[in-house]
Amino acid sequence: MTAPGEKAHPEEAKLLQLLDADGRRVPDPELERWVEDVSTDQLGALYEDMAIARRIDVEATALQRQGELGLWPPLLGQEASQIGSARALREDDFVFSSYRENGVAYCRGVGFEDILRVWRGNSGSGWDPYSINMATPQIIIGAQTLHATGYALGCQQDGVDSAAIAYFGDGATSEGDVNEAMVFAASFQAPVIFFCQNNQWAISEPVGLQARRPIAGRAPGFGIPSLRVDGNDVLAVLAATRIALDRARSGGGPTFIEAVTYRVGPHTTSDDPTRYEDSNQREDWVRRDPLARVEAHLAAAGFFSDGFRDGVKAKADDAAARLRAGCHSLKDPEPMTVFEHVYSSPHPALERQRARYTQYLATIEGGNR
Amino acid sequence: MKTTYREAIRAAMREALLGDERVFLMGEDVGRYGGCFAVSLGLLEEFGPERIRDTPLSESGFVGAGIGAALGGMRPIVEIMTVNFSLLALDQLVNNAATLLHMSGGQFNVPVVFRLTTGAGRQLAAQHSHSLEGWYAHIPGLRILTPATLEDARGMLGTALEDPDPVLIFEHGSLYNVPGEIADDAGLVNIDKAAVRRAGADVALITYGGTLPVVLESADRLAAEGIEAEVVDLRVLRPLDDAALLAAVAKTHRAVVVDEGWRSGSLSAEISARITEQAFFDLDAPVGRVCSAEVPVPYARHLELAALPSVERVVEAVHKVVGAGG
Repeated sequence: MTAPGEKAHPEEAKLLQLLDADGRRVPDPELERWVEDVSTDQLGALYEDMAIARRIDVEATALQRQGELGLWPPLLGQEASQIGSARALREDDFVFSSYRENGVAYCRGVGFEDILRVWRGNSGSGWDPYSINMATPQIIIGAQTLHATGYALGCQQDGVDSAAIAYFGDGATSEGDVNEAMVFAASFQAPVIFFCQNNQWAISEPVGLQARRPIAGRAPGFGIPSLRVDGNDVLAVLAATRIALDRARSGGGPTFIEAVTYRVGPHTTSDDPTRYEDSNQREDWVRRDPLARVEAHLAAAGFFSDGFRDGVKAKADDAAARLRAGCHSLKDPEPMTVFEHVYSSPHPALERQRARYTQYLATIEGGNR
Repeated sequence: MKTTYREAIRAAMREALLGDERVFLMGEDVGRYGGCFAVSLGLLEEFGPERIRDTPLSESGFVGAGIGAALGGMRPIVEIMTVNFSLLALDQLVNNAATLLHMSGGQFNVPVVFRLTTGAGRQLAAQHSHSLEGWYAHIPGLRILTPATLEDARGMLGTALEDPDPVLIFEHGSLYNVPGEIADDAGLVNIDKAAVRRAGADVALITYGGTLPVVLESADRLAAEGIEAEVVDLRVLRPLDDAALLAAVAKTHRAVVVDEGWRSGSLSAEISARITEQAFFDLDAPVGRVCSAEVPVPYARHLELAALPSVERVVEAVHKVVGAGG
């Protein structure tokens, strides 16, 4: 990446880390003071969240393979990035995510049947955005960064210390919207966090096609402080997000976080990474697994007992069972609902279509159900 | 009281800002400069920089941020300098503002109002002169308003802010200086219905926005010849007020659509189709259309005027439908 005679910017090279791939604590006095309060118990709870998020993901992938869902975007490998950041948030903060942040949704308290509702095609939205303060998943790459920025302007105008966080991937950083959002957020010092999960892939395109240098290096050019963090280290991600939130709440404006991680699964269940992915690269990343390192760390601390492991497994299996049951409980939407929610108030063109379709259904036996 | 189209919109914004602290205005040059067309002149001084917000030159930026602020409970008025520049924000307008209610299962309202200048006639060249409101009228989820009168300039914004869905208001650049009288207590107006601006039994002239004055002048000229035109101002391009179109056709049996947009695949085509579908047997002649020449709007003054709907072309089109009807 670096031309002869040219040195990478020193800040670019620095990857914040508190737990290495083998679960050893990495000393970083600046960073670790932000997670001083995290006891072994609490680290155990973060592990449990990651284990449940993974189990939900595996179950949802299976449900898609069994024909119960149209599509599923796996988060496998990105558990630490999602749990570490989501657990730093307060209830009154607002999340604007892409489609892959189901671990974040879990932390926000989404109902199990609601996670799958949209992927099963039962509703436009799985959850009520205002009950968990998380927008419905954005499908357009990067568009939500602007919504987060606008939401943050509203927080600023209201004089509250809530923040907005936008989740997006490495591919999104090439989109105009993400760059415009950063210009905007910097100009107005909006309390927003740009949380980029660099999972190394935009479907088949490697991150090198989006960025010749580490993505975190871009934000300072916009006037936005930036952190590059090991996205498979849940403690470091928690610390980085707390730094960003503290800045947002105290009037310090936006922060950009690049969480360096890896998409271990496919882009979605419609994708086949064997067509483009180097299996050695994948194996390298699997060795840096976000759960394994916490497991090793907790084991070394004498915390990872059989009882703890079995307890986590039971909770994860229970979550999976509830997810599956929730999925099966979802009823197909009624035909006439297709005309709903285009406008909030009656609309003549929709009324006309509704009337015609009602007439049509009346010609079919059982068609009015 | 005396006012102008520009002052009427400013009065509407001022009233909204005074009446609801969730309302704020943002866009390029809306603050210190008072708006590129001087619509927001003086509002920064009265309401301060948080509520009259100059933004970076970033159309997708302020459109998307407006959507986000609306999701958070604010009531933003977003000024896009001209419709031409809104193309840089099409994804946010079409894929986001228009879809979020539907794609959230009815849970995410987007109560934002976008104000855009549209139209030609001021020698600003193609990239500042197009009339693309017909495009936006194609999109389910949006409401499209085209105030052509002082009352509508004064009254549409407030009603649009009450709408829980995204509304685009198209202000034709040639109208800003139009002077006139409105009632002292002029207030909110409906944003559902077309309006008959002149009654006549011989032909229906259907138009909206910047071509309304052209059509009214055409009607006067036709009246001198003994042809009385009914002038329908659409006011709202989505949803179209079919009942008003059909009533005018039932009354006059002839129709000419005057639209500054291009002819092919256009709003004028949609109106013509609706009349043909729903009032074919009322017609004594094929529906006529007067649109802009299908070229990028020229810069040279005489070429620009030649490209746009004019009184001469409207009168000619009426002669044709009246003649064709016997």
